Amino acid sequence: MDTQPLTELLRAAVPGASIDSLDPGDMPAIAVNREHLLDVCATLRDHPALQFAFLADVTAVDLYPANPRFEIVYHLACLGPHYVTAGAAAPAPPARLRMKVRLPADDARIPSVTALYPTAAWPEREVFDLFGIAFEGHHDLRRILMPEDWEGHPLRKDYPVQIRKETASWSPLQLTPEEFARNIRESQARADRDARGKSDRRD
Amino acid sequence: MPELRSETMTVNMGPQHPSTHGVLRLVLELDGENIVSADPTIGFLHTGIEKTAEQKKWQQVIPLVERMDYLGAQSNSLAYCLSVERLLGIELPDRVTYIRVLIAELQRLASHLVWLGTHGMEIGAVSVMLYCFREREQLLNINEMLAGFRLFPSYIRIGGLREDLPRGFHAAVTEFLDKFPGKLDEYHKLLTKNHVWLGRTKGVGRLSREKTMELGLVGPLARAVGIAYDVRKTFPYLKYDTFEFNVPTQTDGDVYARYLVKMDEMRESVKICRQALERISPTGVYDCKDYRIVPPPKDRVYTEMEALIQHFLLYSQGFNVPKGEAYVPVEGARGEHGFYVVSDGTNRPLRVKSRAPSFIACQALPHMIIGGLIADVIAVIGSTDVVMGDVDR
Repeated sequence: MDTQPLTELLRAAVPGASIDSLDPGDMPAIAVNREHLLDVCATLRDHPALQFAFLADVTAVDLYPANPRFEIVYHLACLGPHYVTAGAAAPAPPARLRMKVRLPADDARIPSVTALYPTAAWPEREVFDLFGIAFEGHHDLRRILMPEDWEGHPLRKDYPVQIRKETASWSPLQLTPEEFARNIRESQARADRDARGKSDRRD
Repeated sequence: MPELRSETMTVNMGPQHPSTHGVLRLVLELDGENIVSADPTIGFLHTGIEKTAEQKKWQQVIPLVERMDYLGAQSNSLAYCLSVERLLGIELPDRVTYIRVLIAELQRLASHLVWLGTHGMEIGAVSVMLYCFREREQLLNINEMLAGFRLFPSYIRIGGLREDLPRGFHAAVTEFLDKFPGKLDEYHKLLTKNHVWLGRTKGVGRLSREKTMELGLVGPLARAVGIAYDVRKTFPYLKYDTFEFNVPTQTDGDVYARYLVKMDEMRESVKICRQALERISPTGVYDCKDYRIVPPPKDRVYTEMEALIQHFLLYSQGFNVPKGEAYVPVEGARGEHGFYVVSDGTNRPLRVKSRAPSFIACQALPHMIIGGLIADVIAVIGSTDVVMGDVDR
């Protein structure tokens, strides 16, 4: 996918931004640095030759243990003749774009794009909830899918999948690897014991 | 004259309210009957499907994603399979593509029928529900014929379909397609010019064109304000560009306009189904024949060592998907619906993320109901056609 005209246009419009072209194969993709994210988004949305007015989704990928650990992924689309942005005279050709911002593990924060794309409000809350990434400037950054008093961020790769813990929902669930392994051992032992108990009864 | 003291009242609507389509909770602030503020609260149905999917092999994810949007199950698995197949670089035979088109459109009809039935019932037209569920029953029977399972057939697999079409499939679908346009006319007779229906839906829950795009709403909600964006036309997949159909639009952007758009969509779906059915032979190829991804035919598994080994490998270890990522959106019953899948080159996904149209529509609810009456909330929720399984995942 040829993203060169796009990256050149963006570099000219947002001086100082680091814009790399990626090649995922299914659609054009770029990586942006978070300091210039909002300027790049504004250009993508309002430039008459681009008109990416539709933000389909905001999500994150946890690449633990790699660093930078998190990738925030934005899927944008220009709808061509179906939606012409306010400042533009003619429609731009329909196109899709994936935009990525990479974040280090110890500094997982990123500016919120809700001022430019109000639709990002809930997807950003979801990423905050499940990955623990702070969106600066978000007007209502609360948990959305998990209970409000939940601890930990379930979609992180170091969050255990199976946990057996005598717990109410507000006690911490972020286990250490040792605790996690012990849980598995104990539940296995319990299952074995149950199975033995059953076979004893059958005898 | 003493001043009349007034204050607003906060009302919890849901999560156990029959018209909130499952478990949606709306915290409404009311001034008399007018809505001053609204805050949708979701998450009651959150089951961590995306986390679970990361523990499963690629093929095993299909039953999971089908349970997200449970009214359009096969549109989920279709979107997921298309994304994974893009990563794998599989080209499918035309017959498989057309069967998938047919299934996707039948699924859209089934989903729209549930929408129409429940939407009508919530506003007070109870008989519509009985009419719609009568036709949906036939569609579920077709699902049962295909896969033995009515709601979540898991018939679409990575690399093709689970098995060939069952005997009598063409006859069953043809019978349905012949009858259905007549039934659609019946629904129109019940509702379209019904005085009560018009009163409850016209001018209710209106959105402007700009607001719709700002809120990221696509699909029927956007087509009701005149944004004629349809993934099938703008970013064609499954050779939809070879089919002849229209994208119905309206301009009013109210509940009634959404109703009309969806009703017209059903007619277009019938058209596509007919074209697809003509192109499908009753028996033939049903997968990509790449035995690293789909199981070899049973007669070879029983007679050839290599095929047997391949079969065991496939069911014990699955297959590896090349490192990369893909997002191939489809036009689901509720708008653009796609799965963003990321692979690290192993036999399990690194990340599966659904772009859920219901989630986005749910977010937009306050913009449609604030300033309106509390009775209209139900009409608006019905018109957005949110499926809570898709919202909470």
